[in-house]
Amino acid sequence: MAAELTPTSYINHHLTNMTITVGDGSFWTLHLDTLVMSVILGIMGMGSLWLVVRKATPGVPSKTQAFVELLVDFIDSQVKNTFHGNRHAFIAPAALTIFVWVLLLNVMDLLPIDIMAWVYEHVFGLHNWRSVPTTDVNTTFALALSIWFLTIFFSIKVKGLGGWMHELFCTPFGTNIILWPLNLLFNMIEYISKPLSHSLRLFGNIYAGEIIFLLLGMWAATGVSGAFFSAVLGAGWAIFHILIVSLQAFIFMMLTVVYLAMAHESH
Amino acid sequence: MNINFTLISQAIAFSIFVWFTVKFVWPPLLRAIEERQKQIADGLAAGERGKKELELAGQRSSDVLKDAKQRAADIVIQAEKRAAEIIDEAKSVAKVEGDRIIAGAKAEIAHEIFSAKEDLRQQVSGLVLTGAAKILRREIDAKAHADLLTAIEAELK
Repeated sequence: MAAELTPTSYINHHLTNMTITVGDGSFWTLHLDTLVMSVILGIMGMGSLWLVVRKATPGVPSKTQAFVELLVDFIDSQVKNTFHGNRHAFIAPAALTIFVWVLLLNVMDLLPIDIMAWVYEHVFGLHNWRSVPTTDVNTTFALALSIWFLTIFFSIKVKGLGGWMHELFCTPFGTNIILWPLNLLFNMIEYISKPLSHSLRLFGNIYAGEIIFLLLGMWAATGVSGAFFSAVLGAGWAIFHILIVSLQAFIFMMLTVVYLAMAHESH
Repeated sequence: MNINFTLISQAIAFSIFVWFTVKFVWPPLLRAIEERQKQIADGLAAGERGKKELELAGQRSSDVLKDAKQRAADIVIQAEKRAAEIIDEAKSVAKVEGDRIIAGAKAEIAHEIFSAKEDLRQQVSGLVLTGAAKILRREIDAKAHADLLTAIEAELK
C-alpha cells in the first residue's frame, strides 16, 4: 500500500467502510465496522451506566453515582423544559441514550486515525475499518428515521388518527378546504426536512471533522516541518473538536426531544 | 454516502439501547434520586421541627425559672414573717412567764411579810403581856382580871 500512496488513495482508504454482502442488490450490504463499533460503544456506554445505577443508593452516593446523577439530571432538566408530560416513561431515558451513545460515537473521531488504522490493520487484520460510526450516513439516518417514526407514532397515539390527519390538512394555515393542499404540502415539507436536517447536521459536522484530520495527516507526508505543523494543528483541531463532538451530541439529543415534544402537542 | 442495510441494523441497535435504558438504567436511578429528595425534605422538616421545639423548651424553661424565683421569694417573705411571729410569740410568752414569776415572788414576799408581822405581833403581844404582867403583878389579881386579859390577847392576835 505504501508504494502507491497518493493523497487520493490515502483519503479513500480512510473513508472506505468494511462491507459484507447480506443479499442481492446494492442495498443488501452491511458496513460491518459501523455496526460493530457502534454496538461495542453502545454496550460500553449503557452497560457502564447500568453497572452504576444497579447499585444506586438513595443515601450518600459514590463519586461515579454522583457523576451519573449529574448527567441524568442535566438531561432530565433539558427534557423537563421542553416536554410537559410523563417524561420518565420514554422521552427522558431515550434522550439519555441518544446523548451518551452519539457522544461516544463522535468521540471516536478524536482517536488518531492513522494509529487506529495501523492497529486495525496489524492487530486485527482489518484493511478497511472506520472508527467513527457517525461519519457513516447510515448511522445518522437510522437514528433520525427512528425518531421520525416515533414522532408519527406519538402524534397518532396522542391525537388519534383523525386528529393527526386534521393536523396534516388544517394546520398551519386554516381549516378552509381550499387551503388543504397548501397545508398538506407544508406539512410534507416539514416531515421530509426534519429527519434530513436532523441526520445530516450530525453527519456533516463529524464527517467534516474527520476530513480535516485527514488533510492535516496528509501534510505530515511532506517532510519534518510538515509533520510538525500537522501535529500542532491536529492537536488544536482535536481540542476544538472536543467542543464540536459534545455540542453535536447535545444538539442531536435536544432536537430529538423537541420533535417528540412537538408530536405530543397540538398545533 | 450510500444508504444500505447498515441503516436498518443501526436502527435495530438503537431501539435495543433505548429499550435497555428505559427499562434498566433510568428507573433505578430515578428511584434513588427521588428517595434521596424525600429523605432530604424529611430531614429539613425534622430540623425545622427541632428548632421550633427548642424555642418552645427555652420559653418553658424560662417560665419555670421565673415561677421558681417567684416562689422562692414568697417562701423567704413567709419565713421572715413566721420568724417575726415566733419572736413576738416568744416575747409574749416570756412576758407572761416573767409576770407570773414576779407575781409569785410578790405573793411570797407578801406572805413572808404577813408571817413576819404575825411573828412580830406574837412577840410584841407576848412582850406586852410579859411587860404588863410584870407591871401589874403587883397590882392585878390574875384570877380577877383573867377575862380582861384573854380579851386583850384575842384582840392582839
